[in-house]
Amino acid sequence: MPSVAPPPIVVDDVTKVFRLPRERISTLKERALHPFKRTGVEKFVALRNVSFAVRPGEFFGIVGRNGSGKSTLLKCIAGIYAVDKGAIYVNGKVSTFIELGVGFNPDLPARDNVVLNGTMLGLSPKEARRRFDRIIDFAELRDFVDLKLKNYSSGMLVRLAFSVMIQVDADILLIDEILAVGDAAFQQKCYEEFERLRRVGTTVLFVTHDMGAVQRFCDRALLLEHGRVVETGEPQQVANRYLELNFSPAARAAEQQSAEAAQDQEEERDVQSTSMEPDREQEAAAPVGETEAQARYGDGKAEIVRVWLEDEEGNELDYIPIGRRCVLAMRVAVREPLIDPLFGVNVHNDRGDHLFSASNLFTSPRLGRFEAGEEVVVRISFPAYLAPDRYHFTPAVAHQGGSWIDRRERMFSLPAAGTARTDGLVDLPYEVVCERLKEREVAR
Amino acid sequence: MSSATRDIKLSARRHPIYGTAIKGPSALGSNPRRLLHLTWTIAIAEFKLAFFGSVLGYLWQLMRPLLLFGVIYLVLSGKLSHKVHLSLNGPHYAPALLLGIVLFTFFTEATGGSVTCLVDRENLIRKVELPRLAVPLASVLTALLNLVLNLVPVLIFMLAEGVTPTIRWLELPLLVAALAAFALGLAMLLSVGYVWFRDVKPIWEVLLQAAFYASGIFFAVTSFGSRTVLGVRINFSHLLLFNPFAAVLQQARHALISPTYPSAMTALGGPLFAVPLGIIAASLGIGYLVFDRQAPYVAEQL
Repeated sequence: MPSVAPPPIVVDDVTKVFRLPRERISTLKERALHPFKRTGVEKFVALRNVSFAVRPGEFFGIVGRNGSGKSTLLKCIAGIYAVDKGAIYVNGKVSTFIELGVGFNPDLPARDNVVLNGTMLGLSPKEARRRFDRIIDFAELRDFVDLKLKNYSSGMLVRLAFSVMIQVDADILLIDEILAVGDAAFQQKCYEEFERLRRVGTTVLFVTHDMGAVQRFCDRALLLEHGRVVETGEPQQVANRYLELNFSPAARAAEQQSAEAAQDQEEERDVQSTSMEPDREQEAAAPVGETEAQARYGDGKAEIVRVWLEDEEGNELDYIPIGRRCVLAMRVAVREPLIDPLFGVNVHNDRGDHLFSASNLFTSPRLGRFEAGEEVVVRISFPAYLAPDRYHFTPAVAHQGGSWIDRRERMFSLPAAGTARTDGLVDLPYEVVCERLKEREVAR
Repeated sequence: MSSATRDIKLSARRHPIYGTAIKGPSALGSNPRRLLHLTWTIAIAEFKLAFFGSVLGYLWQLMRPLLLFGVIYLVLSGKLSHKVHLSLNGPHYAPALLLGIVLFTFFTEATGGSVTCLVDRENLIRKVELPRLAVPLASVLTALLNLVLNLVPVLIFMLAEGVTPTIRWLELPLLVAALAAFALGLAMLLSVGYVWFRDVKPIWEVLLQAAFYASGIFFAVTSFGSRTVLGVRINFSHLLLFNPFAAVLQQARHALISPTYPSAMTALGGPLFAVPLGIIAASLGIGYLVFDRQAPYVAEQL
């Protein structure tokens, strides 16, 4: 590939391990008293074989839950943490925004702080001084130039810090969740600045858990979970995946397991570092958690164990008989006491159209108290006025307020078969009446 | 990435398309200008703080060495009682004493101030890409800026006492540089040491206290001579002058105050002069090695 600009950021198979001593020796005295004491070290794998590349001018999001490793990844790229394995390539002038106003000193006036903060962010002190006027005007703090920073309001501080930040012209910006501070007006300002950065073609790496911002700004995003890359792609797709992970206890448990399994492998691998194909196993381990993770939300106070379809006589069906009455049954195991839970189902066709929902909310919302350990079978009967297609059932148990107890996305699916009288989405019962009008009426 | 490339040392990584891999946090960073800029900015801010802190900032800054000077001068120089009389074995006791105190104040600020510097600047180290060396370097630089101001009253005392300016005064920057190098070496060791062991701070304070009395600030180290201890003949003057601070001070008095004070070389008798120089070089070298080794992990240890 001749004369192709190198990608601004390439993260190649990066692993980062934090070694946390189980019992820390923090004084020389202890060390002198126990010179041969070896404290165990707990390894925490914060990033595991992370690889991705950011294209020039791209707005790239890194999302993940707290503790998923997203900030660690940013710090590795920024050169704050050393990586244990793999390599990071950065081409271009980088500026890192992990916190607004890094280096601010409350006892100094604005000018000194602009120089301090600007230097931290990559300007030379001279450049920072030259841009001081622009910065102070943008921050609308001209009248407070000589005031020590400790006398600034928090809003003024944020404004000053932000104004310095946008004066730092870097090719690559690494931004960590700084939008979390400040009020709505400030956030709006940030968003406007983001739009400007997009226009001028700055490459931005943006760590957040605000899915709205990801979908609004990012060209692509990457989802981290337990230090692994779960998904890289379109912001929408990554955001959906994030929401799934975030709201599903079963997914969390599964992820935890697969992460621990991978961690065990990791530790074994550390021992026998000659292992030739470590990644193969890990890739194999991942999908188990993912298929589980695909489809579950809720607090887990009850669990949908099984879903099936029966006819009116109670015989299990392996297809949906078009036009006939059938019964969707679900068995639910109650894990913790529940009061007036709601049971329901959503039905989608193969294309993803949401055809209908049914629950006891409108029929019998007060089911009373269910004790832990109880098992319940819920039956929802309905006439299968459906067009020939494959149908997906999403059963759910929810609290009265609407929050999920257990919702299993597309847990169960069956084809519909029979004689259809439609080519629409549904096959509603209909009658056709044809009435001939008398001539006199026609004339009128 | 094949597993073959995986064990190559990170700093040596080059990729035909991606370029050179970043080397991660280190003592010097990847851009020497950035190291300089950061060191200078941090040091200047620190320095300004001392003076903007109060209207009398400069006076307060001078207060410590001057008070110490006043006490020692009154009590030990025989002004109050002739029974107590410690001599420096040379003329111009007042400026010679003040010079020692001012230089020691610098040494205390530079080393004592850098013990906690990495921990104090935790927010910077964890939030921006910062060549780690900038932090202890800035501590030493701040102390150096204070020293320049503190040398003003020394100069005034010297002129008031009738010390005649000579070309030898030009030795001062060299001597200060030697002292700063020694302090920097110690600063690198101490700052990293403190990240791991929190009792480095009290230990170093005690050592500084001891050094104050052992460095010939208010007495002449040259007046000890040799003595036999347990059958071994030890030259205590030499022993005290092995301390780089004592040697620098001895030389500074020789160059600035009066040639009556023997030079460090003369006082050590030739080849032994290499010992304090060697200690300076060793502190700088070992300090840098240790600091460089620990630098990548400082952010994680804080």
